[in-house]
Amino acid sequence: MADMKALRAAIIDGDLKAAVALTEQALAEQTDALSLVTDHMVPAMDEVGRRFECEEYFVPELLLSARAMKGALELLRPRLAASGAQPAGRVVIGTVKGDLHDIGKNLVASMLEGGGFEVIDLGVDVGPDKFAHAVKERGATVVCMSALLTVTMPSMKTTIEALKQAGVRDSVRVLIGGAPVTQQYANEIGADGYGANATAAVQLVRGLTGR
Amino acid sequence: MKALVGELLSEAPVITDGAWGSLLLASGMGPGELGDAWNLTHPERIQAVPRAYVDAGSRVILTNTFRSNRLTLDKYGLAGKLEEINRAGVEISRRAAAGRALVFASAGPTGKLLVTGETTREELLAVYTEQFEALAGAGPDALILETMADLEEARVAVEAARSTGLPVVACMAFDSGRNRDRTMMGVTPEQAAQGLEEAGADIIGANCGQGPAGYIQICRRMSASTDLPLWIKPNAGIPELAEGRTVYRTTPGEFAVQIPSIIEAGASFVGGCCGTTPEFIRAVARKV
Repeated sequence: MADMKALRAAIIDGDLKAAVALTEQALAEQTDALSLVTDHMVPAMDEVGRRFECEEYFVPELLLSARAMKGALELLRPRLAASGAQPAGRVVIGTVKGDLHDIGKNLVASMLEGGGFEVIDLGVDVGPDKFAHAVKERGATVVCMSALLTVTMPSMKTTIEALKQAGVRDSVRVLIGGAPVTQQYANEIGADGYGANATAAVQLVRGLTGR
Repeated sequence: MKALVGELLSEAPVITDGAWGSLLLASGMGPGELGDAWNLTHPERIQAVPRAYVDAGSRVILTNTFRSNRLTLDKYGLAGKLEEINRAGVEISRRAAAGRALVFASAGPTGKLLVTGETTREELLAVYTEQFEALAGAGPDALILETMADLEEARVAVEAARSTGLPVVACMAFDSGRNRDRTMMGVTPEQAAQGLEEAGADIIGANCGQGPAGYIQICRRMSASTDLPLWIKPNAGIPELAEGRTVYRTTPGEFAVQIPSIIEAGASFVGGCCGTTPEFIRAVARKV
């Protein structure tokens, strides 16, 4: 039987090859895909988040664990879809207009995927209308915006205005993050939350979507 | 030790320059614009920045080439102008220095990650070699690598810079962790000092990420881990956005008052990063 402890360890250690091999084995043995995710993989990512919080882990370790998690999830996705399992939520994410920095945004996106969310990554330099359009088109319930520059932070505000104009502001939770961003700024522009780092972002999305 | 480094150390502490971006925004650069491109389109406005620092007392000025590597220029469709932009950056600073300051040509991180396989050691070596050769071709006094987060990328860049034969400064940005004593990628001051020395840098140090107070201890820790001269350029604190404008709350006086402690902790080169202005450098010059 596939070793669930080893799968958990593979994700915590960021070992993509082992995570994929163990997931394949579990699937070959007809293990329930949803229980694989919720009972073993998501808790493993929670442990990764805990280690990040205690500064045992830094960005490289988070990235490797998120990659191992993603590799395993990709194998499970067809099974999850066939069984009618819904993702924890659908998130539109992007770095705001005028800003090309993507390390933080990619990290949050990976950690959200690792947390069981469906993530629609719009990339960098994303204009307000593109955010609004994606929310409408894809029926997202969460919008995550990233900015690394103080000079591009005001794009977060214009994006919230674009969501209002498109009539979707009330159907989404808007979260912001990035080095210069603060809770105070989130309050100022009427965002629903601010995450100081990638693990905080996942907890925030979970809290706001009731997952 | 390279001759130039020895000469500078005999006159240490050496005052370097302050931030460029904030002055350029004040002179009309748009948010999200690639500042380095102005080396070709607005050279006179670029030149005013290092000139202001030389007038304020900077004995080493950098160049407006921090982002002029192929991977970044590519995003703006400017990879074809790589050599021109880097060359112009050195020439502008040289004119601004007018013999009163040395010119250290600057390069920064590529923004691509080795750890996830987004880039490779080979690609980074080629990218940095290309930029440092372009910079070296315009005759700067030294090369400087700033604001690095990943030690492996920094080591590759130092290797590329060394191949030009010029003196090499290598700095990392400490902005993460509860005590802000790690880089984004988790590198400690000790790891940075040892790794950068091993890679062959002539001067090592830290810039950006936080204000001067935190850099006293970081400088002390780097100093305990290396015999190389140290270079420290803190920010004017951490930026805040007030009424849509970026504000750094630290004043030139508050900044400068910490500089003697940074020098005592082992720094031979001191200056400022984000949020600092010629006023800060003037205040530092009065203190040292």
